[in-house]
Amino acid sequence: MEALAALWDGAFGSPFAFWSATLVRATPLLLLGLAVAVAFRAGVLNIGAEGQLLLGAAAAAAVALAFGDAPRLVLVPAMVLVGALAGAAWSGIAALLRRRYGVLEVISTIMLNFVAAAMVSWLVRGPMQEPTRVYPQSSSFADAAHWPFLLNGQRLHLGFALGVLAAWGLWWWLEHSAAGFRVRAVGGGARAAASAGGVDVGRTISRVFLLSGALAGVAGASEVGGVTWALYEGLSPGYGYTAIAVALLARLDPRWILVTAVFFGSLDAGAAAMQRDAQVPSVVVQIVVALVVLTVLAARYVHARRLAQRAAPETA
Amino acid sequence: MIELGVLLLPFLEASLRTATPLGFAALGELVTERAGVINLGLEGAIIAGCFGALAGAGLGGPYAGVLAGIAAGAAVAMVFAVFVLALRADQIIAGTAMTLLALGITGTLYRLVYGAGGAALDTPTLAPWALPGLSSLPGLGPVLFTQPLPTYVLYLLVPALLWWMHRTGAGLALRAIGEHRAAAEAAGVRSQRSRAAAIIFGGAMGGLSGATLVLAQVGTFNEGMSAGRGFIAIAIVVLGRWSVLGTALAALVFGAAFALQYLFQAMDWALPYQLFLAFPYVLTLVLLALLRGRAAAPLELGRQD
Repeated sequence: MEALAALWDGAFGSPFAFWSATLVRATPLLLLGLAVAVAFRAGVLNIGAEGQLLLGAAAAAAVALAFGDAPRLVLVPAMVLVGALAGAAWSGIAALLRRRYGVLEVISTIMLNFVAAAMVSWLVRGPMQEPTRVYPQSSSFADAAHWPFLLNGQRLHLGFALGVLAAWGLWWWLEHSAAGFRVRAVGGGARAAASAGGVDVGRTISRVFLLSGALAGVAGASEVGGVTWALYEGLSPGYGYTAIAVALLARLDPRWILVTAVFFGSLDAGAAAMQRDAQVPSVVVQIVVALVVLTVLAARYVHARRLAQRAAPETA
Repeated sequence: MIELGVLLLPFLEASLRTATPLGFAALGELVTERAGVINLGLEGAIIAGCFGALAGAGLGGPYAGVLAGIAAGAAVAMVFAVFVLALRADQIIAGTAMTLLALGITGTLYRLVYGAGGAALDTPTLAPWALPGLSSLPGLGPVLFTQPLPTYVLYLLVPALLWWMHRTGAGLALRAIGEHRAAAEAAGVRSQRSRAAAIIFGGAMGGLSGATLVLAQVGTFNEGMSAGRGFIAIAIVVLGRWSVLGTALAALVFGAAFALQYLFQAMDWALPYQLFLAFPYVLTLVLLALLRGRAAAPLELGRQD
């Protein structure tokens, strides 16, 4: 009971808990959830959001450290752009491996996650380490590289606004554009999309992969620019994996991802408080994430059976 | 080159030792995949096996640890089997969820039972065991026959699986389900039951893999210590072209890739150690790209009911 109270207080107990803990943790989950959703919509199982986030974070941090004297109006957009490019480049490797060599993207993206983690570990102990060479982290960014806060006195930052914008944009693109229709067609059935719709499946899949990586890269830029103001090794406590649950629970609908990202953000914020106040380990969240995914899978089965029975009541 | 000669035998010995858990996991996954099911929950079975081994060894010694590891891996696979076979869930997503679940449960239990700091745990381990006679053979004798018990089990598992898969009715039925399930069913094979058995065998081998990792290699438990070995094992099956001998050979290659970091540490080269941490994962990508194509994959692999 004490643990549950701590969980609730940590997520919703005060305005500060909501605006500065829950929504701040929801921000990467929102961007990553969108990244996973757009890929899954096209049938691309990108499990690599975690690595793409790390690459985006490292690239944005490099820009922030190299051009600290640039005006904020230039520097922050540059961090977004470079983060997106780095994330897309990382997912581009998996896209290329799938298109040219038929490598299962589930395997390649997971391998790339480990490589990305090793790379960041090297960066913060090597070329990007802070000058005293004591801590495995980069120097702190100059003020110009700190992303603007959205509310006075709260830690909610620009990244959340970008996430909301991306959610709306992605929804519109998927539902109302020709390219979005092709994505959905490929996800619905690649062979049918190719033969009946004349869709270039390989190309569509590669593009979706790049878009997915770019969104995850922005999430990385947003973490270093809006939260940590430096590059750290343990930047992400597995946000990339939680994002899979965020996307699946929202049934891959960008509008619902807004809701599920805040839900998981509150769990994360609450779990941190729970660990602090009630000594319940925060890895519990990972169990909840997995159970949500499994519940979605089970619910799908029940739903499909009900549809089948409705379609053929006399044989049921 | 004298230095290299002194280093070579320990390197080969370490390669074989690190290849052993990969070999168990990959051979188990091979059986699962030959039945047409891809189990990405293998990583979860391995970490469950690690934790089971820790708990079991603490209570009843290293052999109890091995058994507990196998049981824990099989339990994870059983849940996966329920979702994939009974609830007809997507194999990839269900497998990923099982891995997350097992990582979360083991991490939570570990912190609850052994404390947040996770102080260095002394687990009773399986020491290398020199086979009398064989281990004193010239050349590779000491490398091959001064190993902990699980490696010897692996030596026996390879021919046993070869025989079972190609010389028994059950093995033939399993391969038939993986290639053409409807035809196999028409011939009287109970495909659901065989698939369940194949999944659980794969999970048990994943658990044994985790137990080997803890009891014969690392000597302790860390959160997330499976470190992607389950996914690498799946890649090993691809690289082994879904054959028993090919898979065993590919596992050996990856054992060497992991052992390389010990070799380079010993050589004292001025390269960042992260390069060697990343090496097995990069190698996986490169080899998968080189051996392109799914030509050898079971035709039913990954197909949702």
